[in-house]
Amino acid sequence: MKVIVDLNKCNDHGQCVYSAPDVFALNDRGELSFRDEARDLYVSGELDESLRDVLEEAADICPMQAIEIEG
Amino acid sequence: MAGVVVVGASLGGLRAADALARSGYGGGITLVGDEPHPPYNRPPLSKEALVDEQEFEAIRLRSSSKGGAVNLVTGLHAVSADLSRGLVFFSNGSEMAFEGLVAATGLRPRALPIPKPGAGVLVLRTYADLLRLRGELAGVRDVAIIGAGFIGCALAASLTQLGYSVSVIAPEDVPMLRPLGEELGGALLRHHSAQGIKFGLSRLPVTIEGDARPERVVCNDGSSFDAQLVIEAVGSATNTEWLEGNGLELSDGILCDERLSFGGQGRFLAVGDVARFPNLAFDAVPRRVEHWGIAVDTGRYAGKALGRLLTSGEAEPAFKPMPAFWSDQFELRIQSFGMPGLVTDPAAIRVLEGDLDGEVVVGYYREDTLVGVVLVGFVQSHLKYRAAVAESLAAAGTSS
Repeated sequence: MKVIVDLNKCNDHGQCVYSAPDVFALNDRGELSFRDEARDLYVSGELDESLRDVLEEAADICPMQAIEIEG
Repeated sequence: MAGVVVVGASLGGLRAADALARSGYGGGITLVGDEPHPPYNRPPLSKEALVDEQEFEAIRLRSSSKGGAVNLVTGLHAVSADLSRGLVFFSNGSEMAFEGLVAATGLRPRALPIPKPGAGVLVLRTYADLLRLRGELAGVRDVAIIGAGFIGCALAASLTQLGYSVSVIAPEDVPMLRPLGEELGGALLRHHSAQGIKFGLSRLPVTIEGDARPERVVCNDGSSFDAQLVIEAVGSATNTEWLEGNGLELSDGILCDERLSFGGQGRFLAVGDVARFPNLAFDAVPRRVEHWGIAVDTGRYAGKALGRLLTSGEAEPAFKPMPAFWSDQFELRIQSFGMPGLVTDPAAIRVLEGDLDGEVVVGYYREDTLVGVVLVGFVQSHLKYRAAVAESLAAAGTSS
């Protein structure tokens, strides 16, 4: 399972951080920390299946609907 | 076989259907909406979808359930239901049987009962409304928005950014008074005025003049505002008529218990804007909460709770969410956690960081409990302040 974030859609609301703090974080500028490592699209490495529930919640609560779960 | 019918293919309805599918419920899930579209995201209607002319696909909501788990039926309007027999009836004469029901029928915008021309006076709630608005904007220079709540203000900001001359007319003396209070509303009034919005506050529109189309909005203090297009953003009515006749309390949405259940059996739940429920993290008063995030939270909870009840007979713990909302207006991000609207005493509303005419964090207190915060800017600080509200509520809960 991977998580994919469309960084052009993402507007750094940070709601995902409440749902899945082990995966999502904000940097000290208040931006999604994945922006430090990717430009348009962030694709995670393989994530543990135990994170599926919280990732689904993060994807559901994203105001911009920028998060997708693959696999 | 009677499965679960979710009436309202909205954000809350979709999240409920998805969560029910994830729960492992195998009785069949039907999601019914009266709009012709699949579920979509409404906040962009007054923002990105308007400013950037986004197409429908850009605002369509993703579904987390696997293909076939949820049967989506669009363009079907529920007119009545018989909870004791487990039936819902539709305007085309069809009916569906259910063992569990989720009510997600939301709101419809109100229109003011004042004289107005037959064209050029709109509301904005649906994608169809947005298409109508885009069409009506052609050739328009001045737009009047009636109502200074979040939708009215977000719309005013978007239309100003698009180059229209925008007036906002409302009875309150500052915009967003009820959710934010006098001081912060006043600061946003100064900010938005400096961006070019004309505010006509502390007055009521009495007539929209014009023959075929609007020419101006005339108010009860004699002032008038030029407008070739008028948008009414004056509040909403709840869509509950279809549940009448079942002995339910429907005076302001659907009265639910702390598990979002109505009708007393746990098999009927309401989600989103139409649900009036007590949030025991705050108090026992049932309230409707018109936040995007509450539609998601109520939907997820209702689907999970219903799935658990119907498969194992067990009840979920009470629903105690942390309400959150946001609104982007011009370059400002306004974010809120908790229930700032509970606090009306100006002395109980305090600046926690920053200052009102720049980036600011405002705290809303009931007794010594921080029940809500609003941040304008300070985007790097919201984790901290959300946690502060949660901790304060938890401390108050254990001491009472």
